[in-house]
Amino acid sequence: MDKINILVIADHPEILATILRLIDKTGIWNGVGADNSANAVEVFKSAKFELVLLGVGVDEETERQLLQVFKSVNPDVICIRHFGGGSGLLFSEIQHALSTRE
Amino acid sequence: MEQTILHKADTRFSADHGWLKSAQTFSFHGHYDPDRLQFGALRVLNDDTVNGGKGFGEHPHDNMEIISIPLEGTLEHQDSMGNSALIRPGEIQVMSAGTGIYHTEFNKDKDEPVTFLQIWLYPNVLNVVPRYDQQNFGEKDKQNKFLQILSPNQEDEGVWIYQNAWFHIADLDKDFETEYVLKNSENGVYLFVMEGDIEANGQVLNKRDGYGIWHSPNIKITAKSNSKVLVMEVPEKW
Repeated sequence: MDKINILVIADHPEILATILRLIDKTGIWNGVGADNSANAVEVFKSAKFELVLLGVGVDEETERQLLQVFKSVNPDVICIRHFGGGSGLLFSEIQHALSTRE
Repeated sequence: MEQTILHKADTRFSADHGWLKSAQTFSFHGHYDPDRLQFGALRVLNDDTVNGGKGFGEHPHDNMEIISIPLEGTLEHQDSMGNSALIRPGEIQVMSAGTGIYHTEFNKDKDEPVTFLQIWLYPNVLNVVPRYDQQNFGEKDKQNKFLQILSPNQEDEGVWIYQNAWFHIADLDKDFETEYVLKNSENGVYLFVMEGDIEANGQVLNKRDGYGIWHSPNIKITAKSNSKVLVMEVPEKW
């Protein structure tokens, strides 16, 4: 079974690395990181992502602009805010978001 | 019309890591239940017990209002902002994680466990500069009255956070009747019984039960035994 690709955008390098490590550790999801919006758009266009996590550093205006781009490339992509910066909420955020596809 | 949600203590998620036993009211870490995600802005209510000398190693947080209320024992906190503190029963600690913070949290005592409530609220502002605060309310009068320990206002009583939420605690004598009047009638109230047994708007609650109430401007509370209750008033949307 193919892993589900998840793009994580966060401008805090250690927190981004932590989230990616936690995602990859599940074995069923594949995390790819971007530390700014330009990089995020580039990465998003390079592969098929089912889910985007908007993390720390992404403000509301940037979020609006990114959603516009992401939806124009893949209308089915799910974009959600990630809160907490660690394992506490991460898995239920992802599971809950992915459950809305079904 | 009043809407309620009852979370009996024994329906909470349970995590046992040996050194840490955690009873979690809402979905947390590896537990996921779409019906147990949050109560408005209240996202995490963990009832954690950490063995002597053990604790949470360095880990990050961002964009979350994180509140700790020790019930027994002493917590030792250190963070990437340079804060180093001990937190004991009668105190409340708050971290606005904002743009990112690292911290450790250990049981200061080598032999006795520490039990504390770990509470997370979604912030109403993203990416704020991280901040830490801690206050002692142990000497303040909360016998048969609601003592405010948290609010959205810097000048108000208790610690403050980036959310339109108010926390109160009360020590209630058996048979004492009281009423909590909401600060904002649009908000909801989540009651958590730290000790004892109470009745809230007709619902009997026992130790460690949680009870969320929307669309009720006031909450009538009667202590069925000597009790300690935490009243968390939070917005539904923010």
